[in-house]
Amino acid sequence: MIAIQTINLTKKYKGKIAVNSLNLTIEKGELFALLGLNGSGKTTTIKILSCLTKPTNGDAIILGNSIISNPIKVKELVNVSPQETAIAPNLTVRENLEFIAGIYGSGKKLSKQKAEDIISSFELSSITEEKAKTLSGGWQRRLSIAMALISEPQILFLDEPTLGLDVVARRELWSVIKRLKSKITIILTTHYLEEAESLADRIGIMAKGELKAIGTAYELISKTNTKRFEDAFIALAGEGGIQI
Amino acid sequence: MKTLAFASRNSKEILRDRLNLTFGIGFPVVLLLLLTMIQSNIPVVLFSIDKLTPGIAVFGLSFISLFSGLLIAKDRSSSLMLRLFTAPLTSSDFIFGYTLPLLPMAILQVAVCFAVAFFLGLGVSINVVLAIIVLTPAAVLFIAIGLLCGSLFNEKQVGGVCGALLTNLSAWLSGTWFDLDLVGGAFKGVAGALPFVHTVKAGRAALSGNYSSIFPDLWWVIVYAVVIMVIAILVFTRKMNSDNT
Repeated sequence: MIAIQTINLTKKYKGKIAVNSLNLTIEKGELFALLGLNGSGKTTTIKILSCLTKPTNGDAIILGNSIISNPIKVKELVNVSPQETAIAPNLTVRENLEFIAGIYGSGKKLSKQKAEDIISSFELSSITEEKAKTLSGGWQRRLSIAMALISEPQILFLDEPTLGLDVVARRELWSVIKRLKSKITIILTTHYLEEAESLADRIGIMAKGELKAIGTAYELISKTNTKRFEDAFIALAGEGGIQI
Repeated sequence: MKTLAFASRNSKEILRDRLNLTFGIGFPVVLLLLLTMIQSNIPVVLFSIDKLTPGIAVFGLSFISLFSGLLIAKDRSSSLMLRLFTAPLTSSDFIFGYTLPLLPMAILQVAVCFAVAFFLGLGVSINVVLAIIVLTPAAVLFIAIGLLCGSLFNEKQVGGVCGALLTNLSAWLSGTWFDLDLVGGAFKGVAGALPFVHTVKAGRAALSGNYSSIFPDLWWVIVYAVVIMVIAILVFTRKMNSDNT
């Protein structure tokens, strides 16, 4: 079953094309990584698909709902963990989780129950009563992802989830993401190629707003006649990158 | 449900900012005490408690604008707002979510002013309750000013506009500190065109039991409150739907 289908999705900012006629299909339960250099259009694509910004042209169908004609329904089905850690700093970890459950329509009792469940599955029990602003970067990022999951989204957008984290915190988050694989559809953007290689079922490479290539890491290496994924990425996303 | 969840978070954010909260409630009370002390040491009637209290209560409400403006400006500059904008919240969820926790706080602030005034010689009567009710549209007006400023400006600018400009405007142009007739001319004209003096006059009329004088001054406040709230909603909705929040 198709989770996301984009149809000539285009976004222009003051005449400059950020995303150009993107046609992409992502299957339900897939972990899809979107890679590209800075300014390639990854984050803009995530923003459009999560209804944060409207496309200039084209449409995207999320689990059968158009992002243009039915954005509220789409918002109920998806959740986002933005690039920067998105938490309410003066609320405790538990309050942050209950708050997000509440704005997605859960009553007080259900919000408490959902928070308890996610505290347990994300191993947050040692910090539940601490204010979010006092946590380390790694814990804040883990909380941010837990907040994105508390609404039980069918599609989760992770925009550079491990950016700025140390190696240990990054590996811990990888194990969290791996546990989610196949349970929900995940769209991941990252600058860390090994992250995409390790986690993703398929990888899309964007450059200058266009989708240059799509496939498994192995397929992309093979198509570009390179030996390592990093070389394949440079061949596709770098200056004068090839189209396959 | 969604609105209440958002309102609950906003209440916690405001109540946990102890410095702002103490200053917002404490400063008007200190002014009330100070001006009453001055009055007790001068031979002319300048700051009688029944005239002073509604004025100080209105002045105190300008801090509510600062609270609401800062909260929205802070949210807008944080990634949390990105998360909230991707949630299934409508613009009315946002506006009511910001307004609901502030309204009881504003009414409490006015009530604290009157409670302190009782100790300074203000007579206890049912008119105090009426005065608090009459000042409620002013509370909505000041919340709306905060919503508008928070939607338009960044945190630093809100501090300047609501913290400095609005507090001064609501103080000097309200007729609390001095009779506007003493200055007259353009100053009085400008003051008359703004809602602050009308708010104080309506509050004083209610407190003195001069019910027939509550309106039309209260109409000025209500019209200003409705117009600024509508503008705040439109600006916030526009920001919500724009590419750059």
